[in-house]
Amino acid sequence: MSVKGRSVLVCVLALAVGMLLSVSPNLGRAGEVYRIGGVFAVTGPSSFLGDPEKKSLELAIDEINSRGGIDGRRLEAVIYDTEGDPTKTVLAANKLISKDGVLAIIGPSLTPTTLAIIPLAEKEKIPLISCAAGIKITEPVKPWVFKTAQNDMLAVATIYEHIQKKGIKKIGILTVDNAFGESGKEQLLAQASKYGIEVVQAEGFGAKDTDMTAQLTKIRSAQPEAIVCWGTNPGPAVVAKNVKQMNLKVPLYQSHGVASPKFIELAGDAAEGILLPTGKILVAEQLPETDPRKSVLKGYIEQFEKRFQMPVSGFGGYAYDAMYLLAEAMRGSNGDREKIRDALEKIKGHPGVTGTFNFSPEDHNGLGADAFVMVEIQGGKWKMLTP
Amino acid sequence: MQEFLQYLFSGVTNGAIYAVIALGFTMLYKSTGLINFAQGEFVMLGALSMITLWSGFELSLPLAFLLTIAGVSVVGIILERLAIRSVRKPHPIVLIIITIGASILLRGVAMLGWGKDAHSSPAFSRNEPFEVAGATLLPQSLWILGIVLVIVTALHFFTRGTLTGKAMQACAINKRAAWLLGIPSETMVLLAFAMSAGMGAVGGILIAPISMSSYDMGMTLGLKGFCAAMLGGLGSSWGAVLGGLLLGILEALGVGFFSSSLKDGIAFLLLLLILYVRPAGILGARAVHRF
Repeated sequence: MSVKGRSVLVCVLALAVGMLLSVSPNLGRAGEVYRIGGVFAVTGPSSFLGDPEKKSLELAIDEINSRGGIDGRRLEAVIYDTEGDPTKTVLAANKLISKDGVLAIIGPSLTPTTLAIIPLAEKEKIPLISCAAGIKITEPVKPWVFKTAQNDMLAVATIYEHIQKKGIKKIGILTVDNAFGESGKEQLLAQASKYGIEVVQAEGFGAKDTDMTAQLTKIRSAQPEAIVCWGTNPGPAVVAKNVKQMNLKVPLYQSHGVASPKFIELAGDAAEGILLPTGKILVAEQLPETDPRKSVLKGYIEQFEKRFQMPVSGFGGYAYDAMYLLAEAMRGSNGDREKIRDALEKIKGHPGVTGTFNFSPEDHNGLGADAFVMVEIQGGKWKMLTP
Repeated sequence: MQEFLQYLFSGVTNGAIYAVIALGFTMLYKSTGLINFAQGEFVMLGALSMITLWSGFELSLPLAFLLTIAGVSVVGIILERLAIRSVRKPHPIVLIIITIGASILLRGVAMLGWGKDAHSSPAFSRNEPFEVAGATLLPQSLWILGIVLVIVTALHFFTRGTLTGKAMQACAINKRAAWLLGIPSETMVLLAFAMSAGMGAVGGILIAPISMSSYDMGMTLGLKGFCAAMLGGLGSSWGAVLGGLLLGILEALGVGFFSSSLKDGIAFLLLLLILYVRPAGILGARAVHRF
C-alpha cells in the first residue's frame, strides 16, 4: 500500500470513529428529549411549500420548548430535505426511524412523496402527519397516517359553490400537468354535475411553460362563462397575464395553490379581480372577532414574520398545525407511539392555522368547510368575500 | 381563422425565443465545434439579471439591457477560462459533460442569489395588445421578433464579412492550422463563448416580461433551443431562426388542434424525426460530426 493510500485509510478510520463518538451520546440522551422527524421539500421546485413548512416546524418546537416542553421533556427536530423526490424521501424516513429514533414524522410536503413513505410508516408503526393535499393520503384511512392540509375536494367545493351562486353554468378548466393539477382536474370534473356546472373545455399546461395563449384560445372558442385554473406558481401567474392580454372578459378562478403574496407580485395588474379559495391565514385581519381561530392565526403570523423576516404564506401552517396536534397527543403518552396515535385520533375542535381539526377513526384529515374562504384580489390585496 | 391566427401569434412569440437560444448554440458550435449545455442557464442569468437591474435598481432600459449582456458574457468568459481551457485532453464529450456540470453550478448559484421564487418584470413598452382580425398580439412579441431579426442579420454579416468572423470559422475547421496561420485561436474561442453567452442573455431579457423567471427555468429552455438548433441545422444562423420559429408554431398548433399535454412531446418527437431523416437539419450544409 502506498503512503497516499494509507493516509486515506487513516482519514476514513478517523472519520468513522468520530461519527461513532458523535452519535452515541445522543442515543444516551434519547430518554430526556422527544425527537420529532421532519421531511420537507426545502429545495427544488416545491420549495415554496417545504421551506415555510420547515421554518414553521422549528417555530412551533421553539414555542413549545419555551413553555417547558411536553411533560417536562424538551422537543428536538431532526429535519431532512427531500427535494420533492420520492426516493430521497424514503431514504430520509428510513434514517429518521432507524438512526435518529424519532417518535413521529411530520411531512412530507407533496402527495407523491407522502404516498412513497406510507407503507414504511404503517410497517414501523410510526405516526405520520403529512403536509400534502392529495385525497389519497387519508382515503381510505390508514391507521398511522394523518394529514393537516386541506383536501382538493374541499377547495373545488368552495369554488363551485361560488360559481353556482353567480349562476354560471359553463366553465373551461386549465390545469397544470403534475400531481397537484391532476388531482384538481379529477375533482373539478367529478364534482361539476353536483353543482349543475358543465366543463366545456379542459386543457393542461406544463409547470414551466412560458405562454398559455394557445390553450386559452382553445378554451375561448368553447365559450365558457368562467375559467378555473389549477396550478402552483409561476404557471397560474402566466395564465392570469395571458387572460388579460387576450381580453377575455370572463371571471378567472385560481386554486389555493397560488394563495401567497408571491402570486400577486408575479401577476401584477393581471391579478386584479381573480377569485380563489384560501385558508383564513391570508385574511386573518378581516375575520370577525368572534372567530375562535383569529387569535391562533394572528399569533402565528406575528411570530413567523418576526423571526424569519418574510411574509407568511398559507403553506407553513400545515407543519405548524401538525406539530401542535402532535404535542397535544403526546401529553401523557410517555413516548409510546401507540398511545400517541390513539390520542391523535381522538382530538376534537383543535383550532389550527389551517382550520378546526376534528379527527376520528374515519377521518384522518379532520377539516371542515371552515378551512376555506373565497377571496378576491382587489388593489393588490386579498379581500374576503362574505360566504 | 381567428383561432388559427392566435395560435400562430403565440407560436411565433415562443418560436422567436427558441430561435435566440438556438443562435447561441449555433454560434458556439460554428466556431468551436462544442455544444454548450449551460446555454439555458445563460438565458436564466440574462432574465434574472435584467429583472434585478431594471426593476430592482431602476436603471434605464438600454443601460440594463447592455449591462446584462455584458455581465452574462463575462460569465461565459469565466466558464471558458476556468473550466474549458484548463482541460488537459479536450475531447468533445469531456467538454460537453463539463458544460452540464457548469449548468448545475450556475443553477445552484442563481438559487442562492435570487432565491427559489419566480420573478417577473414589466413589458418594454405599452402592454395593451393589438387586435388583428380578432386575434390579439402583444407589443412584446413584436419586440422579440424585431430583435431576433437584427441579431441574425448582424451575425450573418459578422461571419461572412469580417476578418474576425472568418478567423473564428477557421478555428472551428482546424484549430491547429488556424494557429499556424497566425490566428490567435484561443482568443477566438474566448470570443465565441462570450458571444454565445451574450446571445443567451438576450434570450433571457426578451422572455422576462412575457413570462416568469426563476433559477430553474434554464433547463427546459435550453433543451427547446437545442431542438431548434438541431432542427434548423447546427451551425447555420438562419437555420436556427427557422428551426426556432417552426418549433414554436408547431407547438402552438399541436396544443390547438390536438392536446395541450402533447406540447413538449412535439418538440422532442420532431427532434427524433429530424435526426433520423435528415441528421444535418433543414438548412445544415454538411453532415454533423457525431461523437
